[in-house]
Amino acid sequence: MMRYLESFAIPVGALLVSLLLFGLFITVAGVNPFDVFASIYRGAFGSWFAWQDTLVRAAPLMLTALCTALPARAGLIVIGGEGAVVVGGFFAALIGIVLNGVFPPFLVILGMMLVAAVAGAVWIGAVGALRHLRGVNETISSLLLNYIAIALLNFFVVGMLKDPATLNKPSTYPIGDANMLGAMGSSSIHWGLGIGIIVCVVLWFLMRRTTFGFGVDVVGGNVRAAQLTGLPVGRLIITACALGGAAAGIAGMIEVAAVHGRANTSLNAGYGYAGILVAFLARHNPLAIIPVAILLGGIRASGGVLQRAHDLPDATTLVMQGIIFVVILASEALYGRLRWLQPKAQPA
Amino acid sequence: MKRRTLLKGIAGAGIGAALGGLGITRAFAEDKVKMGFIYVGPRDDYGYNQAHFEGKSTVAKQGWVKAFDEENVPETIEVIKTMESMINLDGAQVLFPTSFGYFPHILKIAGKYPKVMFLHCGGLWDASKHPKNVGSYFCYIDEPMYLAGIVAGHMSKSGKLGYIAAIPIPQVLRNVNSFTMGARSVNPKITTNVVFTGGWANPVKEAEASNSMIDQGIDVVTCHVDSPKVVVETAEKRGVMCCGYHTNQAVLAPKGFLTTAEWNWSKVYADYAEMIKSGKTIPNLARGGIKEGIVKSSPYGAVVSEKARKNADDVRAKFMDGSMVVYKGPVKDNKGNTVIAAGKEYKQTDIWLESMDWLVEGVIGAAKS
Amino acid sequence: MSNDEVGLFGIVFAVLGGAIRVGTPFLFVSLGECLTERSGRINLGLEGNLIMGAMLAYGVSYGSGSPWLGVAAAAGAGAMLGVVHALLCQQARVNDIAVGIALMLFGTGLAFFWGKPFIQPSAPHLPSLSLGAWSDSPALRSALEINVLFIVGVLLAPLLAWFFRNARWGLNVRCVGESTEAAMAMGLNVNRVRLLSTMAGGALAGIGGSFLSLYYPGSWNEGLSSGQGLMAVALVIFARWDPVKCVYASLLFGGAAALGPALQSVGITWGYYLFNAAPYVLTLAIMIATSSAKRRLPGLPGVFSNLK
Repeated sequence: MMRYLESFAIPVGALLVSLLLFGLFITVAGVNPFDVFASIYRGAFGSWFAWQDTLVRAAPLMLTALCTALPARAGLIVIGGEGAVVVGGFFAALIGIVLNGVFPPFLVILGMMLVAAVAGAVWIGAVGALRHLRGVNETISSLLLNYIAIALLNFFVVGMLKDPATLNKPSTYPIGDANMLGAMGSSSIHWGLGIGIIVCVVLWFLMRRTTFGFGVDVVGGNVRAAQLTGLPVGRLIITACALGGAAAGIAGMIEVAAVHGRANTSLNAGYGYAGILVAFLARHNPLAIIPVAILLGGIRASGGVLQRAHDLPDATTLVMQGIIFVVILASEALYGRLRWLQPKAQPA
Repeated sequence: MKRRTLLKGIAGAGIGAALGGLGITRAFAEDKVKMGFIYVGPRDDYGYNQAHFEGKSTVAKQGWVKAFDEENVPETIEVIKTMESMINLDGAQVLFPTSFGYFPHILKIAGKYPKVMFLHCGGLWDASKHPKNVGSYFCYIDEPMYLAGIVAGHMSKSGKLGYIAAIPIPQVLRNVNSFTMGARSVNPKITTNVVFTGGWANPVKEAEASNSMIDQGIDVVTCHVDSPKVVVETAEKRGVMCCGYHTNQAVLAPKGFLTTAEWNWSKVYADYAEMIKSGKTIPNLARGGIKEGIVKSSPYGAVVSEKARKNADDVRAKFMDGSMVVYKGPVKDNKGNTVIAAGKEYKQTDIWLESMDWLVEGVIGAAKS
Repeated sequence: MSNDEVGLFGIVFAVLGGAIRVGTPFLFVSLGECLTERSGRINLGLEGNLIMGAMLAYGVSYGSGSPWLGVAAAAGAGAMLGVVHALLCQQARVNDIAVGIALMLFGTGLAFFWGKPFIQPSAPHLPSLSLGAWSDSPALRSALEINVLFIVGVLLAPLLAWFFRNARWGLNVRCVGESTEAAMAMGLNVNRVRLLSTMAGGALAGIGGSFLSLYYPGSWNEGLSSGQGLMAVALVIFARWDPVKCVYASLLFGGAAALGPALQSVGITWGYYLFNAAPYVLTLAIMIATSSAKRRLPGLPGVFSNLK
């Protein structure tokens, strides 16, 4: 019980501290921090419209966060979500274009999702494989792969796969309106949110309730120990990476199938990088990623209101995210140190 | 979930006061014309976005206008949400999403808000396909580019001009072509070298492209990227001449500055505001050039010769009286194909020009990757 | 024919000049990262130092009229971000790579937030030396237009190598980077050595940023850095934690980045997006080719070896 209290109280405390620091920053910048917090609330959670805005922005972040969180459980720091989104979205669009009209929309969507997941899995799985088989630093290789994915996408979208009808923004041919992911119920939130939540829950179950997940955590805790106990370390590492990559690949597919209807450079919109932040704030717990992504989605949703209501630059939300990230990381040091949160050894 | 509830609680403390304030401003703002502007880059980039921001700032000075804006909005679902937020939270009556790539997103939600006017900068409104509350406006910025080409043609000693461009889309290609045709109207041997940097804002590549070109003996450079500052300053540093873009960059290059093709969005936005105020119907497709006063050339730099000034001024007069046609056959592309047959002419208003995918004879570079 | 020759030499000069011009920021961030990693910490956040340095250098140069004061300010800001990194990382269980990413976000955010008023004005630039004045080829002359900071960086590299080999402090840095336990046994204050190394490394990254805004491309805006700081860690692996090799790695990287525009300027227009990716492909290829799962990378500080 006390353990849960700690893992709840510390992040919330850190969040409060970071909001305090952000408030100070805003005060120094000459704006009333209470007005700003009110605007953030209004823009993020103040109405059903604001909630929809927040949730739709949270959807891709849930999936890209998994791309950092799962490898992190195996002890790898992967920052290649951006590239996996691009690759997933690109291949989803390709298969969507090919299957458009050939199969019913349900199958086309399923096909796109599958292909995107495989593409993302191969992309990030390769990072894990390079790390395990050749000792290539996974953080750097995944970073380099981001640039390579973006360059490849640009090359094809401006070149041979360009739909000549997309005049001002070079894009591939469309996947067809019938194959688009619609909105959930009567809301304006596309099904990407539903998929994101389902994937998070499924992967949480996998990581927390199966021997595979347990094995990955052992590898992440201590590679030597894992090797000594005879765990298939390489396979666990590569699978964890591939699963994370698959999630980010699906995020790319959702961008294509729910937002753009085709692949273009807007796939490279920074969701992969934002996902890193979400993963660390959620301490790489797939279930915790859901609320953290919603929180971050809310911050991003309120960015516009801050600009319009207070004449603050858009970098304000960047500063806020930076402060939250730094403080939450610093709070890691507090686990197990706060006496009043520890199980009572003797009566107080 | 609990974290969120907590956040709600914290924010709740301050919200009462804030809402009170809003109520007052609402009452005042009720009968104002509410205009929302959306930029893809920072407001102050010394280029494309700044030109729009200046237009917005001018129109916002009118007491009966309430203008608000958002910068750095990507061409994803975020622009949809920004537009909806401006409509739902700020009561926007007309929206100006100014980036080319916003157009498909506008089409997605315009149907949902039939009372709001969505005016896109650069898009092609098509009565048969697009809703009635969507429109597009753009300026023939290639007219002052043609004039800049004339000036560059007169001033260049090597006969080699350089053009640093972002990506090969029709509006970029049209500027490259008009600039080149202007220069070749002076001296048909002139060539324009074009380098695509692959993005709208990539200062290191822009500087590198300028330097490479200048190394090749190019002595006038110009550009079509979001912020021309780097190109103009690099040219000045290397002692060659330059033409700016978007806004007047004369101060950045006191020695080598020739002229700039400038937007005049202030007029465009003021006109729209007037139309809304007086309840006029807003045209779905608005275009204009030098004649309409919505694009212009910056005052010539000190180095520009008398002859060049005169030639450019003469052509400007022809643009003003409507007798100037840039795309008049025969025109060949840079692969030798005839794209406009002899005797055929495309006036500026011709929509065909807005799907340009070729580079005119004399341009070194490729329209397709 | 002769025109072609000019074109070909043009490419060579452009890539050579580009290697120096584009490579200098890489040189500073990689030297900074090299120093930090030699002490046993990875700072992935040098991008934040770089952008913060670029903004502050430009602002200070504009305000004071002295570009060198700007460079000093950039170094100061970089050092401060380095100190924050070091102080956070010396806490238990705090991951240095994650802190780097967080500080990158924070530094970038601050720089963009405060940098708005400096986008438009023109600030005084850093001076350069015309080493090519003897030549009458304008291309060569421009390639040899060398900025003072580049020379400082090139001199700093062997100095740093000497520092690691011979200076007592340098030996301390290496010792701390080799084994935390051994260093503690020797009575070294591990945290203080790492703090100073990260601080100095951060300052160098800040100077790299000042080169971007005060010399090349020589202007402050939000798109100024295209990830130069992020590449620092890759370059250091590439250079095998050897400061002198950092110079070569940076030049190679700069030259590769200059290749795309240079080819286009002589009319080779195919696949410029692919050429733009050349530096990254090159780095990845070399990393794959030279890494090994079995043996420790030559030059790798010992504290990283259990991380592989």
